[in-house]
Amino acid sequence: MANSLKPAQQYWRANLKLLAICLTVWFVVSFGAGILAADFFNQWRLGGYPLGFWFAQQGSIYTFVGLIFFYAKQMNKLDQKYQQGE
Amino acid sequence: MDLQSMIYLVVGGTFLIYMGIAILARAGSTGEFYVAGKGIHPVANGMATAADWMSAASFISMAGLIAFIGYDASAYLMGWTGGYVLLALLLAPYLRKFGKFTVPEFIGDRFYSNGARIVAVICLLVASITYVIGQMKGVGVAFSRFLEIEFEAGVMVGMAIVFVYAVLGGMKGITYTQIAQYVILIFAYTVPAVFISLQLTGNPLPQLGLGSEMASGDGIYLLDKLDATLKDLGFAAFTEQKGSDMNLFLLTMSLMIGTAGLPHVIIRFFTVPGVKEARSSAGWALVFIAILYTTAPAVGAMAMFNVLKTVQPEVTEVAGTEQALPAKVNSLEVTDKPQWFSTWENTGLLQVEDKNGDGQIQYYNDKNPDFAAKAAEQGWQGNELTKVDRDIMVLANPEIAQLPNWVIALVAAGGIAAALSTAAGLLLAISSAISHDLLKRTFKPDISEKAELNAGRMAMAGAILIAGYLGINPPGFAAQVVALAFGLAAASIFPALMMGIFSKRINNHGAIAGMLAGLLTTLLYIFAYKGFFFVQGTELFANTPDNWWLGISPEAFGAIGALINFTVANVVARTTAEPPAEIAQLVEDIRTP
Repeated sequence: MANSLKPAQQYWRANLKLLAICLTVWFVVSFGAGILAADFFNQWRLGGYPLGFWFAQQGSIYTFVGLIFFYAKQMNKLDQKYQQGE
Repeated sequence: MDLQSMIYLVVGGTFLIYMGIAILARAGSTGEFYVAGKGIHPVANGMATAADWMSAASFISMAGLIAFIGYDASAYLMGWTGGYVLLALLLAPYLRKFGKFTVPEFIGDRFYSNGARIVAVICLLVASITYVIGQMKGVGVAFSRFLEIEFEAGVMVGMAIVFVYAVLGGMKGITYTQIAQYVILIFAYTVPAVFISLQLTGNPLPQLGLGSEMASGDGIYLLDKLDATLKDLGFAAFTEQKGSDMNLFLLTMSLMIGTAGLPHVIIRFFTVPGVKEARSSAGWALVFIAILYTTAPAVGAMAMFNVLKTVQPEVTEVAGTEQALPAKVNSLEVTDKPQWFSTWENTGLLQVEDKNGDGQIQYYNDKNPDFAAKAAEQGWQGNELTKVDRDIMVLANPEIAQLPNWVIALVAAGGIAAALSTAAGLLLAISSAISHDLLKRTFKPDISEKAELNAGRMAMAGAILIAGYLGINPPGFAAQVVALAFGLAAASIFPALMMGIFSKRINNHGAIAGMLAGLLTTLLYIFAYKGFFFVQGTELFANTPDNWWLGISPEAFGAIGALINFTVANVVARTTAEPPAEIAQLVEDIRTP
């Protein structure tokens, strides 16, 4: 099936692109807002939470959950698209 | 009903549930024994994964850790949840597509090498055995504290229970038991948290309560009040960072990639029907984990506040307000100690000593030189709450908040459920590595399925006996779960799996060299600060932040070990022969669902 090689490669490229987006968000909310830039974000508040502290102990975790479901949903779409293409 | 009978009733009831499941869910084939027949619904697997993952440490110790180190505990909160993003995006779907039974099996097949398989088995065994000893200890502690039986007897009861459902049911029995255990543990964790959040802030959701104003109505936020009280007693504020950015960053990274590389978690994703389900199941697992992990900061902060309020009521009262402290600060009278104080003093987890003989107990930071003058002014001669074990923050929480007896009984059952569910998952990872990877795939390939299933059961029984023995007589490495289990998973297993999926160029030599390099540098770094094989006196440097290389703690070194693994594997693979064509085909296959 030599002609199925190309869609498979396209599928993999699209997957890698999606991974890069998701992992950037993953890094920014935790290592960025929660650790490296926590002091900067702490100048704002979310109720009683300093914002950087909130990202480190609450916000990053909520984002992680959302990210996994977002990735799963987008991948289902990709799966369908490239299955039809074959 | 008195507390003791209530605890026996609730804990006994949960054991009956586990036994019932053991009888209903027996494994008839190796497929059922190793991966529950690959028929578990993604939401059910998510719940089982959450119980598998959340151990005695998550349930009992984490909130206490947060209570005492505040913001810096974020490394654990983010590390132990963010790892699921890596697992869901980079590993689980592809390993599920590969479709075999164990983690070393993937490494052995992808790198076409029994050497790689055996290195992976060794890492798996070291990480899992270190981890399971802690669980057995956790079971023993929960039993001895709540059921007032001997620690050793507690461990043996725990072993007997796990034996029945894990040996009979394998992954199938473990999965259904873990679902029941998740329900028990999450209920046990959140019920006291909701009550306490209501008492302190009037908000029933602890996640919101922690960011709310005090219920007392003076318009002060709980976190501000807690920060101010701690500072008034010479401690660092709860929300303030104490360690360096660098160490916090690397510790979080090590915990994340370690989490994604722990075999007992990965194999849970082999039990779902397909790739699509593996992706969504990781999301569900994190939903169920996040319920506990986002509650934990509130439990930690509120428990700390309640302790401060009990011991230093006058300081707590004025902290964060315009009012000044009275000239003479009164603390908790020795004669007025609440009931829970005496209860936990009896267990040795809480100790007080009236050093200045004023009949009151002062709790303050006597190690802070800037606070010494203030303390001297008050006539305080040292911190008198000489020991507060971190575990008390969860275990005594219902008593501190004066919650009803059934809540206390529930916490006992929850702690035991958390320890048993994790122990069972680890025992399965250990036994499948022995009966499948070592026996079937390496040393005795012609073994029949029936014989392999029996070997799996025997390996499981053996692992339970060893884990129980080591739980009662813990060796030096038992306390090093974070450094050893997460460090090894991060430095050896995670990079090997990731490169096996995302690179076609990494060959057998590269993978083995990379794993060994990551493993050995990480072990060496840990041993240099904690003693060779954790024998006291053999460490090369004292384990203090000043001595750490670039300020990196031994627990945080796994991320560096992973980097070394990636580098060495790439260099070696590019200077040796390319993998054969069928391996490139295997990689293509796992990439397409």
